[in-house]
Amino acid sequence: MKICVLVKQVPGSDSPLKISNDQSWINEENVNFIANESDSYAVEEALQLKEKLGEGEVVAVSLGPERAQRTIREALSKGADRGIHIEESYPYASDPLQIAKTFASVLEGEQFDLILTGLQSDDFGFGQVGVILGEMLGMSTATLVMATELADGKMKVKRELEAGWFQWVNLDLPASISIQSGINTPRYPSLKGIMGAKKKEMNKVSVDSNNEARQSISKVYIPKKTKRTEMIEGTVDHQVERLVEVFKKDLRIL
Amino acid sequence: MSVFVVVEQSNGGVHRMSWEALAGGQALGRDLSLPVSVVLMGEDVSGLAESFQSKDVKEILKVETPLLSSYSADSFSSALAQVIETESPKYVIMGHTYMVRDFLPRVSAKLGLPFLADNIAYGVDDGSLVLSKQVFSGKLVADVSPNGDGPCIISFQSAAFQEEDVTDGSGASVRDISISLDENTIRSRPEEPFQEAAGAVDLSSAEVIVSVGRGIGKEENLPMIKDLAQAMGAELASSRPVVDAGWLESYHQIGSSGQTVAPKLYFALGISGAIQHVVGMKGSKNIVLINKDPEAPFFELADYGVIGDILEIVPKLTEALLGAKT
Repeated sequence: MKICVLVKQVPGSDSPLKISNDQSWINEENVNFIANESDSYAVEEALQLKEKLGEGEVVAVSLGPERAQRTIREALSKGADRGIHIEESYPYASDPLQIAKTFASVLEGEQFDLILTGLQSDDFGFGQVGVILGEMLGMSTATLVMATELADGKMKVKRELEAGWFQWVNLDLPASISIQSGINTPRYPSLKGIMGAKKKEMNKVSVDSNNEARQSISKVYIPKKTKRTEMIEGTVDHQVERLVEVFKKDLRIL
Repeated sequence: MSVFVVVEQSNGGVHRMSWEALAGGQALGRDLSLPVSVVLMGEDVSGLAESFQSKDVKEILKVETPLLSSYSADSFSSALAQVIETESPKYVIMGHTYMVRDFLPRVSAKLGLPFLADNIAYGVDDGSLVLSKQVFSGKLVADVSPNGDGPCIISFQSAAFQEEDVTDGSGASVRDISISLDENTIRSRPEEPFQEAAGAVDLSSAEVIVSVGRGIGKEENLPMIKDLAQAMGAELASSRPVVDAGWLESYHQIGSSGQTVAPKLYFALGISGAIQHVVGMKGSKNIVLINKDPEAPFFELADYGVIGDILEIVPKLTEALLGAKT
C-alpha cells in the first residue's frame, strides 16, 4: 500500500500576525512557521494504517518555500519513509485549484493507493486541496473522516456529519480522504526517529506553475468590530470582583 | 446569466443553510440585476419544489434520477457539473455545509471553475463581485475575487445571511434538467447515518454554560472548571480540542459538530473562538470570555472580556462566588 500524506507549513498560532504594507497578505518576518495542526492527524493515520498492514510506504509531500522541508522532516522523524518537497514558484498560492494542479502534476506518476490530508490549513483554511486532487487523479474522495478501516482492497471510512451524526462510507481505492481532528493521538518523534530522518530520501521538485489562478486575494484586514465589549482590566482580584458583580447585578444569574 | 442557488436536503426538507444561501443569492441577484433560480437534486424533488413556489425565484430546476436518492460525492458532483455545463449560470451558490465541503470542490475540479468557499459576506466593487472570507482561524479577513468570466461557485458560512430575509414572489416556473449518471462511476457508497450515544446532558436548555477550551492546558486542570460550573449552577461544555484530547465526553462539545446552545450566559474559558465553535453558541444572550491571548477572535463577540490566565482566575472566582452566595 502506497500512502501519500500532504503536510503544510503555516504560521504558528502564537506568532504575530502583521498585515503586509500592500495589504496582500501577512508580513512573514518574525513569524514562527510550524506544521499545520490538523495535518498531524493525517500523518498519524497514515503511519497507523501502514503499521496495521505490516507493509507499505508513507510519503510526506509539502508545497512551499525552502523552509517547508522542516515540516517534511518532522513527518519523516515520526516514521514516514520519504519526502517530496515541491518548491513553490509563486508567492502565497491562494487558489486551491491551482495548488491541487501543482500537486497532481508531481504526484500522478506515483500511483498512490491513498492520499491523506488534514481537514484544513490554519492559514487559508480552504479545506479543498485533497478533494480536488482526488478528482484530478481519478480517485474516490471523502472528507471529515473520523475512523478508517482497510480490508480486501476496500476502504471504509466513518464520515462526520453535522450535529453529532456520522456515516460509514465504502470507498473504492485509490482514494483521497481528509482526516478530521481527534481521529487519533498524534505521536511525537523519538530521538531515534529524529536521527534516522536525516538519512531518509527527500526529493525536491521545482514546478513552474504558469497555470493561472482562478481566484486571488485582493486585500487582508482585521475584522471590523460590531459588538461593544467591556474589557475588565486591573489586578486578578479586581477582575474577579468585577466578574462577580457582572454575574449578580448586570446579568442576574446568581 | 443568472444566479443558481443549489438546495441541500435535510430530513426530507430544506436544509436551514440553503434558506440562508437563497437569501444571499436573492440579495446578490438584486445588486447585480441577475435573476435567481433554485436547483433541486434528488430521486423525486416535487415535494421540495413546493417549498419554493411562493418564493421570489425565476425558475425551480429539478434534477431527478434514482442515483441521486442518497448522497454520494461521485453522483452529486457529476450531476451538478452537468447542470452548470448545460445552463452556464454566472454564480452557483450553496451554504458551506459538511456535504458541500465533501463534493463541491470536485465540481470545481471537473469544470476548472473557481470555488470561493466559506464566505461571510459579499460586496460589489465597480460591478464585480468581491467575497470576504475568514483566514487564520478568524483573526483576519481576506477579500477574494474570482478570475475569468465563466461561472463561479460560491459557498457562504452559516448565518452569513438570515433565513427571514428570503423574499416571497410568485410565478416561479418549474423545469426539468436531464443529466446522465453511470452507476459504474460511483465509487463511494454511503451507509445509513447514525448518532453515537446521545448526550447525557441536553445543553440546549441550559441557562448558564461554563465552557472550557484549549487554554485549560491539561486534564488535571479540569476539576477547577467543574468546581466553578457547580458554584455557578451551570452546565459544563467545551470546545472541540478538549473532546479530541479525550478529557471530556463528546456530548459536552459545542459547535458545528456538537450541540447548538443559546443560554442566558455563555462563560468561555480559554477558548479562542474558531468559527466551528462559534456557530454553536452565537445565539447566547451574554458572552463572557477569559483568554490570555488578547488577539483571540472570540473577544469580538464577547460582552465582557478578561485578558488573563484561567488557571489563575478561575479558583479565585469560584471562591468569591461561594462567598458571595452565603
